[in-house]
Amino acid sequence: MATIKSLLRNMLTKPDINLKLSLNVFSRNLRVFRKTWKANLMFNFLEPMLYLWAMGFGLGVYISQINGLTYLEFLAPALIASSAMFATTYEMTYSSFARMGHEKIFHGIVVTPVSMDDIVFGEILYGTFKGVIYGLVFFLVVIFFGIVKSPLSLMLILPLTLMALIFSNLSLIWTSIAPNYDSFGYFFTLFISPMFLFSGVFFPIESLPIGLQFLPGLTPLYHTVAIIRPLVLGQVAWDLIGHLIWLTVVALITLRIPLIMVKNKLIK
Amino acid sequence: MANDTKNKVIHAKNLTKCFGTFTAVNGVNFSVSRGECFGLLGPNGAGKTSIASMIFGFSPLTEGKLLVLGQDIETEARKIKAQLGVVAQDDNLDPELTVRENLLVYATYFSIQPATAFQRSADILDFMDLSAKADSVVQELSGGMKRRLTIGRALINQPELLILDEPTTGLDPYARHIVWQRLRQLKEKGTTMLLTTHYLEEASQLCDRLMIINAGSILAEGTPFNLIETHVGQFALELEIEAQWYNKIEQWCSPLLKTSQKIGNTLILFSDQGQALTDKITTFFANNKIIPSYQRLRPTNLEDVFLKLTGKTLDTSDPHETVPTEHGGYQNGNY
Repeated sequence: MATIKSLLRNMLTKPDINLKLSLNVFSRNLRVFRKTWKANLMFNFLEPMLYLWAMGFGLGVYISQINGLTYLEFLAPALIASSAMFATTYEMTYSSFARMGHEKIFHGIVVTPVSMDDIVFGEILYGTFKGVIYGLVFFLVVIFFGIVKSPLSLMLILPLTLMALIFSNLSLIWTSIAPNYDSFGYFFTLFISPMFLFSGVFFPIESLPIGLQFLPGLTPLYHTVAIIRPLVLGQVAWDLIGHLIWLTVVALITLRIPLIMVKNKLIK
Repeated sequence: MANDTKNKVIHAKNLTKCFGTFTAVNGVNFSVSRGECFGLLGPNGAGKTSIASMIFGFSPLTEGKLLVLGQDIETEARKIKAQLGVVAQDDNLDPELTVRENLLVYATYFSIQPATAFQRSADILDFMDLSAKADSVVQELSGGMKRRLTIGRALINQPELLILDEPTTGLDPYARHIVWQRLRQLKEKGTTMLLTTHYLEEASQLCDRLMIINAGSILAEGTPFNLIETHVGQFALELEIEAQWYNKIEQWCSPLLKTSQKIGNTLILFSDQGQALTDKITTFFANNKIIPSYQRLRPTNLEDVFLKLTGKTLDTSDPHETVPTEHGGYQNGNY
């Protein structure tokens, strides 16, 4: 209770951020990524590819149409978003946990002029960047399959960035309270996997029981898919703005929390 | 504020650190002058790391005032940290990066220009005898090399004050001596150092002045020589003999004794006059027709001082040892 009170009080304080130093923390992570990206990118990239093959070409054969789309057209654009979601979430849970935990990378940096807020903000930037990169790589696959119908689809970078930012924030919040690596299993089983399955990636949310149809609307993935799918298919409509506003507001609201919680975890 | 205070590299007044109900540092006062190597000597859990963490701006003060390089650590942390070099107890190098990259990346946190950083890292690698390993990944280094790199990394900003928290803990004797050698060279160049250690040899080798702490409080402060002189004198005579003789021996020798200490079944007599004491005890044994099972005269050292002041050895763990760790302090490794 005291923790929540102090969190709420701190929410209103200004973070101690020097953007240039945050970018140096970001660059540090990027430098490590450049050494391992081949192995990394393959894993994260392979998984949505497998889904695309299994669902799109396997299961999809039995599905004539969804909302006037072939199953491949329905599924592939959504996998851009989920690919980004997984990339960001893995990075900001397991990898961040290692950096702030046994590797003590944060401890090494915070004794320089870089503040803890700079470090965590640099992490958030990096988690967001990584999600966007993985999303864009999968976008290339979608182009390759001939599903992209409109140059407007390039605009997907905006919702993709906002979504990755939200997942950076949420994942770091979980990481800040996680006692060990095992606890990330709960995060993925309770939140990430259900989101992946029920947020309109594999089937329209209208297929859910009426009483549960409000649930996907509470997830960042649903709103992102709802923007990216029409963009890729060249079906732009005004209601996309609503989803974009939802993502923007949630990204901004959640941004301050991990800065406070990671600091509280590490500094006593 | 007096000018004198401002010229101190570290000035701590009533410095206090609590973790919940546990007081790790209990209102300590001390200051460190420019060019000095100042040691914090104490057993594990004495509060050494807590003090160091407050000085390098990691751990907030519970109470008191702490000026580092003339500025308040609570308000000017960024400015102060720009002039510090910090070597933490655990290696926190970037394991995936190479030796040189570790230095170059660290330089960016101090906003050091790339060209300057490159030059400095070459000098540091040379000084730390790591040039041959410049392109090796840190994971491949031995413990001693990692330590040298960690110390070298702390020099990248040419710090005004170098803080070393247990710099040789966990190293083999050879690696330890290499580190001591480098630290002595830095000292000769005039680098101000704050060193925490529970190795008294380290403290006597490196420190100009030191503070013995236990359970968060200062027990004594001074040069190693002064501490020995004041508290135990120059010689220690160790005797193993039946406990019934202890008091009689102490009485017999009292004119020569500075102090004495019983540990287990050993009696240690401290004196400035070693030979006279040996002669006197020999007479005592002859008079009483007894033969001690063990007898040795040796020069005193800091451990004797510590022993005298705390009644325990440096290896004895403090019962509170793990408390700061449990509270997730700087040493926290159990996430």
